[in-house]
Amino acid sequence: MRVIGHVAVNVFKESVRDKILYNLVVFAVLLISASYLIGELTAGQDVKIIKDLGLASISIFGLLIAIFIGIGLVWKEVEKRSIYTLLPKPMRRQEFLLGKYFGLVLTLVINVAVMTLALYAVLAYMQAATPENIRASWPAPATDPAMLKAIALIVLELLLVTAIALFFSTFSSPFLSAMMTVAVWVIGHFNEDLRNYGATIASPVAATIAKGIYYFVPNFAAFDVKLQVVHAQPIPLRYLALTSFYGVTYVAFVLLAAVVIFSKRDFK
Amino acid sequence: MDAIRTEALTKHYTVGFWRPRPYVALDSLTLQVGQGEVFGFLGPNGAGKTTTLKLLMQLIYPTSGHAEILGKPVGDVGVKRRTGYLPEQPYFYDYLTAEELLAYFGALFGFTAGERRRRAAALLDEVGIGKERRLPLRKFSKGMLQRVGIAQAILNEPDIVFLDEPMSGLDPLGRREIRQLILRLRDRGCTVFFSSHVLADAETLCSRVAILAKGRLVTAGRLSDMVAFDVRGWELVVSGLTEAALKETQARGHVTSATRVAEGRYALELPLTPPPEETTAALIARGAALVSLTPVRDTLEDFFVRQVSGATDSRFRETA
Repeated sequence: MRVIGHVAVNVFKESVRDKILYNLVVFAVLLISASYLIGELTAGQDVKIIKDLGLASISIFGLLIAIFIGIGLVWKEVEKRSIYTLLPKPMRRQEFLLGKYFGLVLTLVINVAVMTLALYAVLAYMQAATPENIRASWPAPATDPAMLKAIALIVLELLLVTAIALFFSTFSSPFLSAMMTVAVWVIGHFNEDLRNYGATIASPVAATIAKGIYYFVPNFAAFDVKLQVVHAQPIPLRYLALTSFYGVTYVAFVLLAAVVIFSKRDFK
Repeated sequence: MDAIRTEALTKHYTVGFWRPRPYVALDSLTLQVGQGEVFGFLGPNGAGKTTTLKLLMQLIYPTSGHAEILGKPVGDVGVKRRTGYLPEQPYFYDYLTAEELLAYFGALFGFTAGERRRRAAALLDEVGIGKERRLPLRKFSKGMLQRVGIAQAILNEPDIVFLDEPMSGLDPLGRREIRQLILRLRDRGCTVFFSSHVLADAETLCSRVAILAKGRLVTAGRLSDMVAFDVRGWELVVSGLTEAALKETQARGHVTSATRVAEGRYALELPLTPPPEETTAALIARGAALVSLTPVRDTLEDFFVRQVSGATDSRFRETA
């Protein structure tokens, strides 16, 4: 555990020095300027739009970091040969890999936390600046704590995307890893369609393949409750718990597969 | 107990996309290195030296055979605590400073923060990294990175240190410092296993050597038992030599070949007989001035050429 922690902290340090966290500035500027512009254009809908935009941005910024840093986590170490000095230190290969994973997770969690605070700050300002009669028409208060549910599921989705990117990066080039991670993510968002594919197509072979992919690729759509939260629809705790269990189990399996491949790899 | 022991250690790589064939990078290496030895692992480029070191560091896995360090199989975490490794042309996280890098590696060994700082400072002093230690490593030259690499290899005061081409990228001063460092490590009782293709490094440092060629062990033992360091001629450099004097000496058969370096300055190859003093004295008497006189010895390359000449076996293994 100690070794995993040190490797993770180093990954975080790398992302800070590589100025990854600058995306937070872009996020803040985007959010503040959008709230100003939308406030000028619409009445009553502006809070909903900002919530929508804020949650979508948290998700997209997180995904970009998870994919584009995740695919380089192992590849960069091998390509630049820094792994040659690291692995002979008293550590197991799985500790190195898990350290890399948790380092990026740490970066992502801090990123999402800061973006969440920025979003709530902008929304709190909008709430304070909006007259009482307009606020009464909102389906939920601007600083609705239910948004945290959507953000928790975004984090869970990012944990899974990071694990998938890391998995591909243990044996493939960054370009291929990025392609495959994005492909899995996109397919995962249309998972429901795959399940129902059999009803719309005559070919049983195609239907079976679609069903196979449905069971193999994670159901990313399950992690997306942004729309429900923005429209103040309830998200049952049971749904949160089950989705979390599903996500964590998937992450564990993907990491296990990554460890198995990485442990057997030759670093020529 | 041997410091290092390998038994029939073999590594094949698969090369070729359409017709994959196994390529023998290392073929049945059996070797023992005693504790406290400075052991030179010699061979021309591509001989399999780095492959062996990577197998010992478990960066790659053997196709067959077995290797042990301090009586334990390679890759054992307990053994890793007692070993250090400098890879060939090391590269480190370039966003860290030299101090931070050593502190990070120190943390992996489980040293306390104070201990990490103390060791990093002492080692960077020892390898000659001064104020640059607070600069990111991306600003370091190749030679400075090599010094940092050596510092990280001995961070844990190892019982065995593996150095892959430790002199690579260093200037003459740096090479001398590293030679002295290796001797200090030996005096502390540390086993030093280093690979090199430079015979001079082995000559000045090693108690024993192994010589590898084409992935196979050619010979192992004391270097002086393997290569007869007999002088096979002399190189004499003189200045102020007239063409007439040169022609006269050549005519007597006392000069094998002559290369004009500059006006009146020549590099002459002399045979073993007559003794070089005689030829030198004769040339000085004709008005030439002695610049240098160097014995020409067998080099490791010469030795290799003899050892491996006629070896036509391919390193590719045909698949059935």
